[in-house]
Amino acid sequence: MTSFPQAHPRLSVLSSTSHASTDNFSPSSSYSRFSLSSAPSISTAIGAGKLGSRPNIYDRSLSKTRTSDVSLSAFAFLFSEIVQYTQKRVNGINDLERRLNVLGYRIGTRVLELMIWRNESVSKAPKREIRFLPALMSIHTQVWRAVFGKPADAIEKSVENEDEYMIIDNDPPITRHISVPRDMSQLSCSSLTAGIVEAVLDGLGFPARVTAHNTPIDGFPARTTILIKLDKSVLEREEILK
Amino acid sequence: MAIFGLWVINKAGGLVYQRNFSDGLAQLSMNEYLVMAGTLHGIHAITSRLSPTGSSSGAQVIEAETFKMTILLTATGTKFVLLTSLSDPSAESLLQKVYEIYADATMKNPFHTPEMPIRSEKFDVRIGNLLGASSSGAV
Repeated sequence: MTSFPQAHPRLSVLSSTSHASTDNFSPSSSYSRFSLSSAPSISTAIGAGKLGSRPNIYDRSLSKTRTSDVSLSAFAFLFSEIVQYTQKRVNGINDLERRLNVLGYRIGTRVLELMIWRNESVSKAPKREIRFLPALMSIHTQVWRAVFGKPADAIEKSVENEDEYMIIDNDPPITRHISVPRDMSQLSCSSLTAGIVEAVLDGLGFPARVTAHNTPIDGFPARTTILIKLDKSVLEREEILK
Repeated sequence: MAIFGLWVINKAGGLVYQRNFSDGLAQLSMNEYLVMAGTLHGIHAITSRLSPTGSSSGAQVIEAETFKMTILLTATGTKFVLLTSLSDPSAESLLQKVYEIYADATMKNPFHTPEMPIRSEKFDVRIGNLLGASSSGAV
């Protein structure tokens, strides 16, 4: 069988942030010398959970899906800022799409973990998809429902290339308010979604290259195709499992 | 009952969007529209200081013989101006909807720069659907 790399190379791009607490490095004796008594200390506010009546986000139940929806408007503003921030730091559309893909990848690894965790507690016989088509179906319905609150609109298989599959969303919620200027018309901000799909596929053991493309049709001007180009090893394994 | 045009004026008095919907008013050149918007911005600033009873949000409706202009001032200083016939009763509610579309289609669009002319396709389309597109002339 195929061996998969231990860590995805793209994970290392952005994961250099350290969340280590600085508390351990500041001995209490130094407080008298360097203390800024008027400045509020961040560590006490967060660490002890003294924020009052609102529960800490980390203490919330992970299995409650109904109350964990976020405002689409708030996300639209956040995503708009993400695109603007990214756009300032890239050269060209391909670079921008790649950066959005990497950001989506980081979401996707968490989505997969969360979905499996939720499935364990809900389903009596939790199952890990090992064949590609059921995995693709679960991305089409479950991943989409977990991330966007609705299933995707269609799955298609490429006629020309047997390693290409497509997930189609007629109106992706995250790009609903985005008007791409004409000189960048190939850009699809759904590259974030493509990154999510790529991470989920990678996590399930189906390495693939996933990209997003605008494919407008009459009645659905925002129709977007998420194109999955599977790694050769996946096709070989599928052939063996037949 | 006719809607003649819509202007969006930024907080500095610059016209960032202008579109005509039906004939009835004299067609102006782009430069004249910019001057008109700047003038209205100044008049609006004066009217907001004229109130005898404390603070005021300034002029809300300016009526002429053949048309009226209804002005919506937002919290951020952006002004939406709708030019309609005198009898039109729905101008205020239409302006609220225009504000909503503006918040959606321009402020959530990463390719729009605040205070700059609005060139968002979705804004154009949705405004057209709301106010009825006939002749367009976006800035």
